[in-house]
Amino acid sequence: MEMPNPNPHVLARKARVVERLLRVLPKDAVISDVAETRAYECDALTAYKCPPMVAVLPATTAEVSDVLRICHEEGVPVVPRGSGTSLAGGALPTADCVILGVARMNEVLETDYDNRIVRVQSGRTNLSVTGAVEDNDFFYAPDPSSQLACAIAGNVAMNSGGAHCLKYGVTTNNLLGVTLVQMDGTVVEIGGAHLDAGGLDLLGLICGSEGQLGVVTEATLRILRKPEGARPVLIGYDSNEVAGACVSDIIRAGVLPVAIEFMDRLCIETCENFAGAGYPMCEALLIVEVEGSPEEIDAQLALITDIARRHNPVDLREARDADEAGRIWLGRKSAFGAMGQINDYMCLDGTIPVSALPTVLRRIGELSKEYGLDVANVFHAGDGNMHPLILFDANKPGDLETCEAMGAEILKLCVEVGGCLTGEHGVGIEKRDLMLHQYSQVDLEAQMLVKDVFDQQWLLNPAKVFPLTVSQSRRTEVLAAQ
Amino acid sequence: MKTPQSEADLADIIKGANAPFALRGGGTRGIPAHGTPLHLGSLTGVTLYEPGALTLVARTGTAMAEIERVLAAENQRLAFEPMDHRGLLGTDGEPTIGGVVAGNVSGPRRIQAGACRDFLLGVRFVDGSGTVIKNGGRVMKNVTGYDLVKLMAGSWGTLGVLTEVSLKVLPTAETEATLSVQVPSATDAVRVMSSALGSPFDVTGAAYRPDQGDAVIRIEGFNDSVRYRTGKLKDLLGGFGRVDANGDPEASAQIWRDIRDVAAFHDAPGDVWRVSVKPTDGPDVMSRADGEGALMDWGGGLVWLRLLPGTDLRARLGAFDGHATLVRANADTHARLGTFQPEPAALRSLSRGLRERFDPRGLFNPGLMETAVEA
Repeated sequence: MEMPNPNPHVLARKARVVERLLRVLPKDAVISDVAETRAYECDALTAYKCPPMVAVLPATTAEVSDVLRICHEEGVPVVPRGSGTSLAGGALPTADCVILGVARMNEVLETDYDNRIVRVQSGRTNLSVTGAVEDNDFFYAPDPSSQLACAIAGNVAMNSGGAHCLKYGVTTNNLLGVTLVQMDGTVVEIGGAHLDAGGLDLLGLICGSEGQLGVVTEATLRILRKPEGARPVLIGYDSNEVAGACVSDIIRAGVLPVAIEFMDRLCIETCENFAGAGYPMCEALLIVEVEGSPEEIDAQLALITDIARRHNPVDLREARDADEAGRIWLGRKSAFGAMGQINDYMCLDGTIPVSALPTVLRRIGELSKEYGLDVANVFHAGDGNMHPLILFDANKPGDLETCEAMGAEILKLCVEVGGCLTGEHGVGIEKRDLMLHQYSQVDLEAQMLVKDVFDQQWLLNPAKVFPLTVSQSRRTEVLAAQ
Repeated sequence: MKTPQSEADLADIIKGANAPFALRGGGTRGIPAHGTPLHLGSLTGVTLYEPGALTLVARTGTAMAEIERVLAAENQRLAFEPMDHRGLLGTDGEPTIGGVVAGNVSGPRRIQAGACRDFLLGVRFVDGSGTVIKNGGRVMKNVTGYDLVKLMAGSWGTLGVLTEVSLKVLPTAETEATLSVQVPSATDAVRVMSSALGSPFDVTGAAYRPDQGDAVIRIEGFNDSVRYRTGKLKDLLGGFGRVDANGDPEASAQIWRDIRDVAAFHDAPGDVWRVSVKPTDGPDVMSRADGEGALMDWGGGLVWLRLLPGTDLRARLGAFDGHATLVRANADTHARLGTFQPEPAALRSLSRGLRERFDPRGLFNPGLMETAVEA
């Protein structure tokens, strides 16, 4: 993975930058010791590592503003970081950057059940947002699998999704306002507790901009009342195609489950060993979850199982109690972790039209043989968000490169059938160089115009999202200016 | 007047342009834009519809009636329930999907399902240099690059001319019912609505009709489920006032069409404003506005106000968290007060920066979203 060479002028100013940062932050919030900065050398895309020049841990919006103003004046690139759980390398540092971690900003600032909102500092973890309101039977809907660890800041940066967004939408559909600090230190409030922010939809633009437009320090989030109950059903098939057809029929029938998850045999076996959820052993497993009162759940499940039976399932099983339902989800949500215990893997997240599922799964099978690497498939089938996990051996020379080449083929396939490179993880560095397969140079130019407006000097997370060749002139202009 | 026959034709017209355009879809939404009319009604046709993937792609001049017809044949719909402005503004013509998207036009179901922008999956548009740009696509989850899709929704044509949009659609509910709760005041109405919206019973509409003295709550879904939830909500809301249930789906649908289109103001004179606020601030906005008529949707978060012609509502409201849009007024009032709420300086500079880059020659509805009035 190519990253720009560190700017020697910036590296030469390290002592001065650190000294200025120490004037606005407490001593323990500025990490510049070479050994200590290693803690920030990578995110969850661990194949790539680079310690930053400095890491800072501001505790307030004012401190974030001070840090950005100083870096702006000194021409130092800034890489914002939530909890460092990005699978796309969104928080990967460069050697000349300041990592700005928001982990110390984790307070709940306001909880308002009448208006169904909560306002939090952006370092708060996803699950602890729900934790703050669940005693009143409310929850925050987007639920990425990393929700125990991942921060709202990262969720906003990547527009994170999760298993239940078929019904509840992704981050952008549940975000009502942000406090954004621009690269020059300017603090802007966008949106608020009202449903539609005025003017141009800057909120929609910031959500998913991968920390390239500003640093979000606070967020107003929509919270929802918990449903009376929820129950998953497991449906096993002996082929991926049939499972795909079943998904499409369920959606067409007018019932909208909160989640439809798909796992293939390799994934079923691994997750079953991990969670003991009672998954049936078969080629393709669907987890379909519906919500409501017990009677409503029964009625919806009757409709769903009726459709499922028409496709001749090899197994069909409803969760008998809350414990079993819990284990079914534990298995699914631990899929990446469970897989990681037995193998190194690369996780893709291309999205495809649901109708293309059988074709794409077949083609992935062929690619797996061609490249000689196993693939485990686990994904959000209801919205076509695939998660092929390509298994490789990091200690075997050349395996990572083979894996990346195969991953690129799969993602190109997703685009070919009418889908996209990434459904919820973000582009980061991982998919950066594939962007021209999805968008033309002209399409990317339009996106880069937005960054020009928010961050004229291209200092915020500059080497991400856009292929380096495409963003080069903008980044070198900045170097020249220094 | 220009009437492009294709996207390529439109791009050529824009490349060769030297004076501003007033963009028009069906011309039903009363946009006070100045310039040569640019009619987009010839860019028509549903280009892709996959009911099993809940996706529809259409050129922007396609009539809403056509889109609704295509979807209805598969028992699906646009869940964000876009308003039809004709009754309120006295306009005629055919509303288009391009107009709906450009205005991010969303109805009562916005509180539960989301706004137009939440259902918009992809766009194609021509920018101010005549370049065709695409963003997003036709899949439900897409974080590939920046979300210009949302930026285009609600940009009222000021960043580019939309030529094609792809939308997520949803199944039509089997049935619906409406509960009417008698309430003495707007504050009580918001209490009723907050209580219903904070319940687990999946309410898809919550409005207050001062002329009827009631808060109305909509429940949609499968027959048994609607019956069950209607019963539960009746119990829940009984303490606030008399509750009547309207279980006739046709009658219920009419109530919500009327709220969506602000039917209460159709034959009543005066300017019409649309105010977006935090729901519990709705009653205060209503009382500060001191208008001739009012209607609350979105659980109190959307306040429709009718005022004497020329009234400066924003001056009456003073500083508040939210924004007020002038929807019905004569051209002078639009020019004098500005259609949209002036933005704080930092936001205005970002918005202006975006407009200057996407439309550097100021060709598209110039000045529409930026008022001379300083915030």
